Amino acid sequence: MIPLSWFLILSAALFSIGLFGVLSRKNAVAILLGIELMLNAANINLVSFWRYGDVSQMAGQVFAIIVFAVAASEVAVGLALVISVYRRRNTVIADEIDLMKW
Amino acid sequence: MTTETLIWLIPLPPILAFFLIVLFTNRNKALSHSVAIGAALLSWLGAMIVFVRAIGTPDLGKTPFASFINWIPTADTWLKVGVQIDPLGAVVLFFVAWTVLMIFIYSVGYHNYGQPAGDHDQPGLPPHGATDEHGHQVPSVEPMYSRFFAFISLFAFGMFTLVVSDNLLTLFAGWEIMGLCSYLLIGFWYAKESARNAAVKAFMTTRVGDVFMLLGIAFLYSATGSLSYRDIFQPQVLHTLASVPTPIFGLSAAGLIGLMLFIGTIGKSAQFPLHVWLPDAMEGPTPVSAMIHAATMVSAGVYMVIRMFPLISLDPKTMTVIAFIGTFTAIFAATIAVAQNDIKRVLAYSTISQLGFMIAALGVGAYVAAAFHLVTHAFFKALLFLGSGSVIHGMEHGVLHTGDHKVDPQNMFKMGGLRKLMPITFWTFLIGGFALSGFPLLTAGFWSKDEILAVAFSNGDFVVFLTLAVAAFLTAFYTMRQITLTFLGEPRTKEAEHAHETPWTMTLPLVVLAVFAIGYGWVGIPKDFLGLHLHPGWFPEFVGSTLAVTPAESPFSWIVFGTSLLVALGGLFFGWLAYRNVTAPEQDKLQIPLLKNKYYIDELYSFLFVKPSYWFAETFVYQWVDKGLIDGILHLFGKASNGIGSIIRNYFDLPVINRFFGDGTAHVTQWTGRNLRPIQSGRIQQYMLVSLIVLLAIAGLLYYLLVIV
Amino acid sequence: MTAMQIFFLIVGLVILGSALMVVTTGNLIHAALWLIVTLFGVAVLFAILNASFLAVVQVVVYIGAIAILFIFAVMLTHKEMRDRGPQLNNSWWLNAIISLLTFGGLFWMLQSWNGFSKVAADFPSSYDAVGQLGNALISPDAFVLPFEVASVLLLAALVGAVYIAFNPHSGDSRK
Repeated sequence: MIPLSWFLILSAALFSIGLFGVLSRKNAVAILLGIELMLNAANINLVSFWRYGDVSQMAGQVFAIIVFAVAASEVAVGLALVISVYRRRNTVIADEIDLMKW
Repeated sequence: MTTETLIWLIPLPPILAFFLIVLFTNRNKALSHSVAIGAALLSWLGAMIVFVRAIGTPDLGKTPFASFINWIPTADTWLKVGVQIDPLGAVVLFFVAWTVLMIFIYSVGYHNYGQPAGDHDQPGLPPHGATDEHGHQVPSVEPMYSRFFAFISLFAFGMFTLVVSDNLLTLFAGWEIMGLCSYLLIGFWYAKESARNAAVKAFMTTRVGDVFMLLGIAFLYSATGSLSYRDIFQPQVLHTLASVPTPIFGLSAAGLIGLMLFIGTIGKSAQFPLHVWLPDAMEGPTPVSAMIHAATMVSAGVYMVIRMFPLISLDPKTMTVIAFIGTFTAIFAATIAVAQNDIKRVLAYSTISQLGFMIAALGVGAYVAAAFHLVTHAFFKALLFLGSGSVIHGMEHGVLHTGDHKVDPQNMFKMGGLRKLMPITFWTFLIGGFALSGFPLLTAGFWSKDEILAVAFSNGDFVVFLTLAVAAFLTAFYTMRQITLTFLGEPRTKEAEHAHETPWTMTLPLVVLAVFAIGYGWVGIPKDFLGLHLHPGWFPEFVGSTLAVTPAESPFSWIVFGTSLLVALGGLFFGWLAYRNVTAPEQDKLQIPLLKNKYYIDELYSFLFVKPSYWFAETFVYQWVDKGLIDGILHLFGKASNGIGSIIRNYFDLPVINRFFGDGTAHVTQWTGRNLRPIQSGRIQQYMLVSLIVLLAIAGLLYYLLVIV
Repeated sequence: MTAMQIFFLIVGLVILGSALMVVTTGNLIHAALWLIVTLFGVAVLFAILNASFLAVVQVVVYIGAIAILFIFAVMLTHKEMRDRGPQLNNSWWLNAIISLLTFGGLFWMLQSWNGFSKVAADFPSSYDAVGQLGNALISPDAFVLPFEVASVLLLAALVGAVYIAFNPHSGDSRK
């Protein structure tokens, strides 16, 4: 059987890749893509802990479902924001959206 | 209804009327006087029922109608207040109820109810008359009609409270309510400066007496622990009070308390030396003079002394003082009355003199005689005042007719011959005047005054007896002078020719009071009068039973009877003889300055008390103490504070607080902010990177600290 | 090495590889498509972990809704499909180091945990995981409240998204 460590390492690697995307991509939509990767990494962790722990305790799966909900909300609001900003400033480059400085 | 409940209820209607008028009906004149008179009628009815029951109750003196409630809790007992009607209370209640009701009715006519509003009348001034539709000048209605009825209702409440009280505390409350009403009503026409001054004078002067009275009450309470008559007049309490010495004048406690209470009476009943306010109080409307300053309030002072007689009579020194003050006041005021030309002022001095008679009677121990004279005097003096008010009213009619407003309608030398024009007023005034003079056998004044003289004679107080006899002679003399100048002869002015009889609301009370001025004397006819064994009047027996030991009637004396007869008839005769042909003040031989100016007492008081008070207030307190001393100290404080303030400002606040702390922290904050500003780039990813680095650093640090160390 | 382990390694490589393409590729449409591959790989992982319901939801919600939403967003915000210039910012090398450090830290912390190499017990064949999940989501003793809160959150996000993206200056939306 597959040991838990494989899942955890995969999850950590996926999380780091997502983190790199979030930090490095110029495009705001691409930043959101990175966030999706990180959320999936977390979901892998939640489900594998459920599977490798007591399967009658449903907390892991329930948490995963709530992460789905949060992800959906986040994407909906995030993309709406991006579109709104794009309409006003005609750009989606994160570094150029610096209204909040100083 | 039990008699006790009824007694509780007697003072109630007038106070309700007061609030009703003040709060609701003050815009409606008819409603206001209906409420006031209705209330007076209710109280009158209650008083009459109580009086009839009191007369019908045997041994009322031993077991009076009494009822009390616990009022104020003190440490381990209660201060009780209640009502009590004993024989004395019953007869006082009787005359108070009658005079109050009569004067209420009289006020309706006196204030010209039903007449048009005045052309130029304004509140605070007596009405000046109006022009009717035919162009005639007619009297105008009083502008503050409702206010007057509210005040006299409040006054009636005070008087009834005083009479039905069973203790000195509520008596004092009623006493002070009356003092307030007296002030308000003397100053009823407050736009007149003389009325204002008279009001203040009356209030201040009686206040002197009231302070002493309150001291006496306080002393009595501390000595006996009670203010109720029932408790004070216990024989052992009286004995204790009489035997406890005090450091003042060698008086016993009873004597000192009695003296202080008596000083209250001096103020209230206008005895020398505090009599000065009563003549000036004639500035008020005439019903006020009749009710407050003749029949009820000033009588209340005498009533209080009669009431406290068992206590006051314990110390012979106090009794001597009372006898002296009363006798002196009687003769003193009578001599002044002889030289007065104002019809109301004559009566005012007459009132002072007659109150002196009562006080003198008490001073020689004539308890019953004092009470008897109190009642009869209330009736005939109220009658005389109302009669004089009627005369003035008639004269004002004449003044309005001629339009000469310079004529003083109160000056007796402007009158004359009014008997034909104002017959009812004349006859009733004549009855009142004869009663005051003590016209033999017929009038009430004769019986009461005769009894005072009889007691003084039989007790051996010949000085008192002779002085009072002279005063009685003078009384008859000035009364006849007044009647002669006012009613007899021919009219001396055009105003007097056009005087007019007053409406029925004014003459009806005159007639009713005239009946009492004659008839009330017969209830006090002594048993062995003239040696005839007549059916005696019930009054001496009844009122005498108030005391623990009913005083014996003084034996009949031909000397006293002769003296009474002589002074009354002699005074009346000489009064008529001297003034029948006098037409102007210059022909009056008694207009000597000393009497005219009332022995300069007012001037003396002005010099002794008023001017020094002004000097003390204006020069000493205001100029020296207030402006010089206190303001100086305050200015010093001000300047010192200012100096200290500027030192602190210049040497501490500005350099240390402002420059160092204030500006310093501001500069540091500004510098920090300027240097930290580049961090706030507004770039989301930069923020995240920094957060992450910090997060990693903290995680590493925590791991190092928690796990490795 | 069992067949299952070999299968896992293949799936893991697909996931990581496609994820790298997501964060590095210049064309955003391609990045979104690579994301779909990653998400599909994760769904396969869920299936390996016996979480069948989640595997299906992953496909339906993530791939069916979210990924498609991304493609729409990319299309709406770009007039031409390919962006000009570099897609990574100037500090990408620092970010890479930080990410690697994060991965290293996570790995180091995980391997120091004693449950790291745990092996799963056999999945009980009669166990109804989906039914249990359903019961847990609506049972008052379990997660009904978070479940309902999540639904409210979704509603709020819906309303918020509509409000934010609504363009008040274009009068057409009213007609």
